[in-house]
Amino acid sequence: MKKTYKIDVDCANCANKMEEAAKATTGVKDATVNFMTLKMNVEFEEGADAKAVMQDVLKNCKKVEDDCEIFL
Amino acid sequence: MNKKQKKVLKRIIVAAVLLVIIGIAGSVVSIPKWLEFLFYLVPYFVIGYDILRKAWKGICNRQMFDENFLMAVATIGAIALGDYKEGVAVMLFYQIGELFQSYAVGKSRRNISDLMDIRPDYANIETDGQMEKVDPDEVEIGTVIIVQPGEKVPIDGVVVEGHSSLNTSALTGESVPREVAVGEEIISGCINISGLLKIRTTKEFGESTVSKILDLVENASSKKSRSENFISRFAHYYTPAVCYGALALAILPPLVRMLFMGLPADWGIWIYRALTFLVISCPCALVISIPLSFFAGIGGASAEGVLVKGSNYLETLAGTRTVVFDKTGTITQGVFEVCGIHGTNCASGSCPVVSGHPVYTKEEEQLLEYAALAECHSTHPISVSLQKAYGRKLDVDRVTDVQEIGGHGVIATVDGHRVAAGNDKLMKKEKIAYRNCSCTGTIVHLAVDGVYAGHILISDMIKPNAAAAMQALKNSGVHRLVMLTGDDDRVAQQVAGEVGITEVHSQLLPADKVSEVEKLLRTREEKSTVAFVGDGINDAPVLSRVDVGIAMGALGSDAAIEAADVVLMDDDPLKIAKAIRIARKCLRIVYENICFAIGIKLLCLFLVTIGIANMWMGIFADVGVMVIAVLNAIRALFVKKL
Repeated sequence: MKKTYKIDVDCANCANKMEEAAKATTGVKDATVNFMTLKMNVEFEEGADAKAVMQDVLKNCKKVEDDCEIFL
Repeated sequence: MNKKQKKVLKRIIVAAVLLVIIGIAGSVVSIPKWLEFLFYLVPYFVIGYDILRKAWKGICNRQMFDENFLMAVATIGAIALGDYKEGVAVMLFYQIGELFQSYAVGKSRRNISDLMDIRPDYANIETDGQMEKVDPDEVEIGTVIIVQPGEKVPIDGVVVEGHSSLNTSALTGESVPREVAVGEEIISGCINISGLLKIRTTKEFGESTVSKILDLVENASSKKSRSENFISRFAHYYTPAVCYGALALAILPPLVRMLFMGLPADWGIWIYRALTFLVISCPCALVISIPLSFFAGIGGASAEGVLVKGSNYLETLAGTRTVVFDKTGTITQGVFEVCGIHGTNCASGSCPVVSGHPVYTKEEEQLLEYAALAECHSTHPISVSLQKAYGRKLDVDRVTDVQEIGGHGVIATVDGHRVAAGNDKLMKKEKIAYRNCSCTGTIVHLAVDGVYAGHILISDMIKPNAAAAMQALKNSGVHRLVMLTGDDDRVAQQVAGEVGITEVHSQLLPADKVSEVEKLLRTREEKSTVAFVGDGINDAPVLSRVDVGIAMGALGSDAAIEAADVVLMDDDPLKIAKAIRIARKCLRIVYENICFAIGIKLLCLFLVTIGIANMWMGIFADVGVMVIAVLNAIRALFVKKL
C-alpha cells in the first residue's frame, strides 16, 4: 500500500534526513521525501496499520529534525 | 514571503544594525573587552537563538552533525577566541543564506504550480433554468455542463450546443487556439475563449484529462535521479568528514609544533582555522541546488507541453543518442487522407504526387463525388477519408442499390450510373481492366458503368513537422534514428525517405518491435540511452522496455500517460528534440552546480588549512556558493528559447 502525505520542512538536507528516518521505521517498506513538492510517499509493509506506522514515522522524523511536520 | 520568513528578515535587520552600531562605537571610543563581549552577545542571540536551540536539541537526540550544530560550534568558538564580530557575522550571513534559499525555493514552487494552473474549481450545471456552481467531483457522466467564456473546461465531454475557440496552451504549450463546434470532443483543462459552450460529460472528474495530468505533474520528481542520490550520499559523508578534519586541524598541528619542532603551539590560530572548516562544512548549496535544478527543469518542460515523470528520466533523456520511432501516429498523422485523384488521362507509371491541398479538375471532382457517394453508408476509415475530401454534404437519395462486398469494396447506383469503388480484387471480380498507381498508399479504383474511370490515392499523411523534427534531433546529437512499423516495406521506405530516417524495420508485429528494440539496447554505446517514441496506443510493451519511453499526443490517450516516462502533450514531433535539449540544459546546470560547489568548498578548505583564508572566506564558501548555485538552478526553468 502506498500513501502520500503533505509535509512541511525548511531545508533540503532535513528532508533527506526525514526520508532516512521514515525508511528506518518499522512497517515502512520504502519512503521518499520530495523537498520541492513538500510531499512524502510512503510504501507500507503488508498488513501494517498505516495510521499507527505514520505516528511512529512522525516521531522519528521529529527526532532527526525538530522543525518538521507531517500532515496526517 | 510568508510569516516565518518575515520574522527572520526582521531579526536579520535588527542584528545587522546592532552589529554596525557596535562596530562603529568600538572604533570611536575604546570599550573594555568584557563590555564589548556583552554588547556583541545581543545581536548574536537576536540572530542565532533558534540555531542554538536546534543544535542543543540535535545533541539531545544524538543527531550531532547537522548544520545548526556546526554553526553553533563555529560561532561560539569564534566568540570564545575573542573574534566577536566574526562570530556574529557568520551567524548573520548563515541566516541570510537560509532566508534567501527558502525564498527562492518558495518562489519556484509557486512559479511552477502557476505554470500548471489548470485545476478547475467548479462546474456549472443548469437546474430549472438557473445556473448553479457545483464541485466537479459531483458531476455525473452524461450531465450537461455550461462553460462560459474565460472559464476552464472542468470535465471531458462532447459539445452539444454552441461553438467557441479554446486555449489549450496550459496543456500543450501550443498558443494557437483550437476551434470547437457541436459534436466535437473537448478535453478538460482548456480555457474557453469566446462563446458559451454546453458540454455533455463523457467522464467523471477523476478520470478526466485534467485530473490525470495534475496527478502526473504532482507526482513527478518523486523518482530521484542518480545525481540527487549521489548528493545525498555525499552530504552524508562530507559533513562528518569535515568535522573530524576540523578536530584534527585543531589538535594535530599544535601538538606537532610543540613536541617535534620546538615551536610555540599557537592553539588560537589552529582552532580558528578549525572553526572556519566547520563554517565551510555545511552541504546546503549542493543539497538544495540539485533537486531545485531538476524541479525547475521539469517545471519548465511542462510549460512547454512536455511532461517528465521524474528527475531520473530527465537524466536518461539527456543521454539519448538513439531515438526509435513508431510510424503511425508518430511520424504520420495516423489518419487517412486523399492525396491524389488520378483520372484516365493520367498515363500509367507517372501519377503525379501532390502535396498540400491540390485543386482538382472537373473530371477529378466528378470521380471523387462518385466515390464518396458510393461509400456514403460506410464508416470505414477509407470511406470517411473520401467523404472528408469531398467536403460537401452528401445527398444520400442519389444513391441506391448499395452492395458492400467485404474485402473488396462497394458497388452502388449513383444518379443512375453503376459505380464500382474498391481495390484491385473488386476490379478483377468485375472483369474491368485497371491500372496500378505508381505512388504508395491505399488505392481506390473506380469504374462507372463497367468502364475504368481512374483511381483515388489515399495515404496516411506525414506530419508537417516530421522532417524538421528529424533534422532537429540530428542537430542535437542524436545520431541514430530508427523507424519501426507494422506497415509494408514500400510505404515504410517512402515515409522514412521523406523525413530523413535511414534505418527502417517494417512488417513487424508488436512482439517483433520489442525484440528489435532489445537488439538496439544491446548494441548501443556505453552510457548512451535509447528512447522510443510512440503514440501510446499499442506501444506499451516497447515503451516500458526502453530507457525512456516517450508518448505523443497524450490528449485523449490514457494508455500513453500510464506507460510512458515522458509525455508530449501535443502531436508535434519537434517537441522530442526540444525535450532532449531541455534535459541537457538541466543536466548541464546540475553538473555545473556539483562541480562549482564541491570545487569551491575543497579549495577553501585547502586555503584555510594553509592559513590564507579566514572566516570571511568561509562564509563566502558556504552562503555565497549556495546563493550562486540556487540562482543557477533557477535557470533550468527558462527553456522557451531552447
